[in-house]
Amino acid sequence: MKLASFLIAACATAVLAATASAQTKLTIATVNNGDMIRMQKLTDDFKAKNPGIDLEWVTLEENVLRQKVTTDIATKGGQYDVLTIGTYEVPIWAKQDWLVPLTGLGAGYDVDDLLPPIRAGLTVDGKLYAAPFYGESSMIMYRKDLFEAAGLKMPDKPNWDFIKSAAAKITDKSKEIYGICLRGKPGWGENMAFLTTMANSYSGRWFDEKWHPTFDGPEWKKTLDTYLDLMKTSGPPGASSNGFNENLALFQSGKCGMWIDATVAASFVSDPKASKVADKVGYAPAPCGTTCKNANWLWAWSLGIPAGTKKVEAAEKFIAWATSKPYAELVASKDGWANVPPGTRKSLYANPDYQKAAPFAAMTLQAIDSANPGLDGNDKPKPYIGVQFAAIPEFQGIGTAVGQQFAAALAGSSTADQALKNAQALTLREMTKAGYIK
Amino acid sequence: MATLHTRSAARLMMAPSVILLFGWMIVPLAMTLYFSLLNYNLLTPGTAAFVGLLNYSYFLTDPAFLQAIGNTLLLVGGVLLITVTGGILLALLLDQPIAGQGIVRLLVIAPFFVMPTVSALVWKNMMMHPVYGLFAWIARGLGLQPIDWFAQLPLFSIVLIVAWQWLPFATLILLTALQSLDQEQKEAAEMDGAHAISLFLYIILPHLARAIAVVILIETIYLLSVFAEILITTGGGPGTESTNITYLVYAQALLQYDIGGASAGGIVAVVLANVVALFLVRLIGKNLDA
Amino acid sequence: MRTSSKGHHALITTIGWIVGLLIFFPILWTFLTSFKSEGDAIASPPTFLFFHWTIENYVEVQSRSDYLKHFFNSVAVTFGSTLVAILVAVPAAWAMAFAPTRRTRDILMWMLSTKMMPPVGALIPIYLLFRDWGLLDTLSGLIGVLMLINLPIVVWMLYTYFREIPGDILEAARMDGASLGKEIVYVLAPMAVPGIASTLLLNIILAWNEAFWTLNLTAANAAPLTAFIASYSSPEGLFWAKLSAASTLAIAPILLLGWFSQRQLVRGLTFGAVK
Repeated sequence: MKLASFLIAACATAVLAATASAQTKLTIATVNNGDMIRMQKLTDDFKAKNPGIDLEWVTLEENVLRQKVTTDIATKGGQYDVLTIGTYEVPIWAKQDWLVPLTGLGAGYDVDDLLPPIRAGLTVDGKLYAAPFYGESSMIMYRKDLFEAAGLKMPDKPNWDFIKSAAAKITDKSKEIYGICLRGKPGWGENMAFLTTMANSYSGRWFDEKWHPTFDGPEWKKTLDTYLDLMKTSGPPGASSNGFNENLALFQSGKCGMWIDATVAASFVSDPKASKVADKVGYAPAPCGTTCKNANWLWAWSLGIPAGTKKVEAAEKFIAWATSKPYAELVASKDGWANVPPGTRKSLYANPDYQKAAPFAAMTLQAIDSANPGLDGNDKPKPYIGVQFAAIPEFQGIGTAVGQQFAAALAGSSTADQALKNAQALTLREMTKAGYIK
Repeated sequence: MATLHTRSAARLMMAPSVILLFGWMIVPLAMTLYFSLLNYNLLTPGTAAFVGLLNYSYFLTDPAFLQAIGNTLLLVGGVLLITVTGGILLALLLDQPIAGQGIVRLLVIAPFFVMPTVSALVWKNMMMHPVYGLFAWIARGLGLQPIDWFAQLPLFSIVLIVAWQWLPFATLILLTALQSLDQEQKEAAEMDGAHAISLFLYIILPHLARAIAVVILIETIYLLSVFAEILITTGGGPGTESTNITYLVYAQALLQYDIGGASAGGIVAVVLANVVALFLVRLIGKNLDA
Repeated sequence: MRTSSKGHHALITTIGWIVGLLIFFPILWTFLTSFKSEGDAIASPPTFLFFHWTIENYVEVQSRSDYLKHFFNSVAVTFGSTLVAILVAVPAAWAMAFAPTRRTRDILMWMLSTKMMPPVGALIPIYLLFRDWGLLDTLSGLIGVLMLINLPIVVWMLYTYFREIPGDILEAARMDGASLGKEIVYVLAPMAVPGIASTLLLNIILAWNEAFWTLNLTAANAAPLTAFIASYSSPEGLFWAKLSAASTLAIAPILLLGWFSQRQLVRGLTFGAVK
């Protein structure tokens, strides 16, 4: 049977190859979030401008997508022509020569228009390896009405002490109003994204210059203690399974006084169709601790081309279409300026129409510009690139395992000290196994 | 023309199955064994070197390893307990005359047809969620604090979800066996004055022994590698409280694209599963043959 | 049990219906939620029947990801793998049932043991093989894998069923002068059909719901409904109503099939316990 299948597959491939020259088919792997889905709906515009190219979509949840795409690119499976990857993958994969440098994006593309931190996160050795589709940082979204009622005013540069006292004042658990909602769901891109930036703000980092994890230090202890205290006093129940979606739902239904999360959330919480509190939202920069450096994260979902695909030209055409200025105008004309993918181009933020439609635009730009993923971005020197992650292949597993430990502390099944001890032990183990620590 | 009873004809007929399964077993097994001896990370190709048993020692000395074994056994045992007892009870119930019996049967067997991923998502978001879930709503209605299922009782929650999926399977098999029970035997025992409990223990249960053995065997095979439900609900946590061996292989190795480690973990899992299977067959194997 | 009195009958009926509805409830809830708007779907307290019914979720789901394509892939992969499995397993089970040797039981146990390897461990080797043979993201590749992982169960079920077919009938037919062909067609086949049918059904259910290989070995072309569902779980933004709609669409076919054929399914699940 296997032989038969093989023969059938071989014949089929031969037939397909013969007819392939007529129409180029691009297989695009994307994440299933709102902006990507919106792009899928607008592809008629692309097809009209490029009649010889067909598009096939593979839309998946972020973690599943990452696993499939990484497996495929590492084994040179060749199943995809355009990939949606983030600022985590690009440095790692570019080093392996798994991505095609984007040199053919066309004359009107205007690479210099890209926001500097985002562009830096996607460039290796001076070459752009992926084009940013949307970018984000993190910030505070808060309920202006609840603050007013409690006689509070959000400072221009809030710090954690203020946040703690403000949250406690606003909390009224009998009315299901929780002073602050924060991520608790375990995952390197879930709770650890937030906790890492919180640790950054307390002058912490993941690894010291010798790649030794620092969970046994005072910075992470202060971070975790503050976090747990905040959540216990002012957080919603079941916080250890709350990720972005759950907190969004809570905020939109009016149950959160403050929410520190991705800047893209702003377009959801200020949308009157989905949010009950759309007109009551204020924005502030992410809180500082002992420092403000990298207290907010940096991420960009970007489109890249795997090395080994035969359709580089068509893929570049698609990527150029999806990440260029005309695309923003297309979205604006169909869905309004507030829904244009944020965080990628200076021109967008200079556009008065956008500023009017998106009250969060200025804060978003400020947040993105202040993030620095480079080696000198934190308060203390670090050997890794990345604000809320370390751009090393081992980080996914380590980050998720540590996230599980911290989620356990939040759920109450272990203490903060226990969680930190476990985190230190397991990270040390993995880094030694991977050869970073000799 | 050879009759059915000659050896060669029989062997010929078995050949395709045996060859295919042998290939399916040997090829991945051999490759996995080979990879398990290498320090092969998918993300850093070209540096794969022979490291002997290093991957195995890393996997076996993982602090979560013993807990994972325990969790695996608890998961399998828990689901078996619920589905077999529940299955017997449901079979007894459905054997009775009920108005609209056909529909009740349909309702009971429905969960078996639902995809594990869908089950997990539905249970996680709509039933067990501490803010939006139905259980929380019921708890609040009764004046109780809603239970945060996946944080406080992670393994138990997963046992519940998996048991819900497999209960119909057990019920169907047990019901079929129950319905084949000789009515005359039952009536004779009743006329002898036996009441419900001893009827159950001495006549019904022994008759069901074979069906129970079948249910246990098939379910165990599938339950040892429960994965999707854990991935979607708890991700193995909090900490490693709901990590079973299969999930440990995933978290330890696949998540980091450490193919050497994943392969070593896979081999360990196979060995463990075979130990369990051997134990099981010894325990109930005699019930499988008439 | 005792012949039922009216009260007894009513009690049993009530209990039966309550239990049935409780077990079915999550599915019912999914179905109801698929007709709610996203805001209603997460409303607390939850509403059961009196909400604004809408089909916007189904519309969105179909326009966003091609349900029909995934549906046909599921059908092709499920039925294909089942057919091949039956073709291969029937002769094997036959031989084992009617010409048993001392080794038969061991071979059977060995077949079952091939299911012991957790798929996560074998993923990369299989992936690499598929890549080299050009089987990635193909229906034939998926059919092959699903056939292989379900083959042990199929063989076993058929074996236990065939063993119950009394050999005397075959002897009698042979002594009447029937040839091997006639023996198979006129005597054995009718008796074996229920067993084959229910094995077929069980395999269809297992193949339809298989969520590991179908997700990892496919991309755009051969993706079945399991991948379809995966694209609706946990994106950014509210999704529960859409997920319910996608889930209903994914499980409805197999649920309906199972319901209509449950009699047939049950007949064959005897595992040789029926005399």
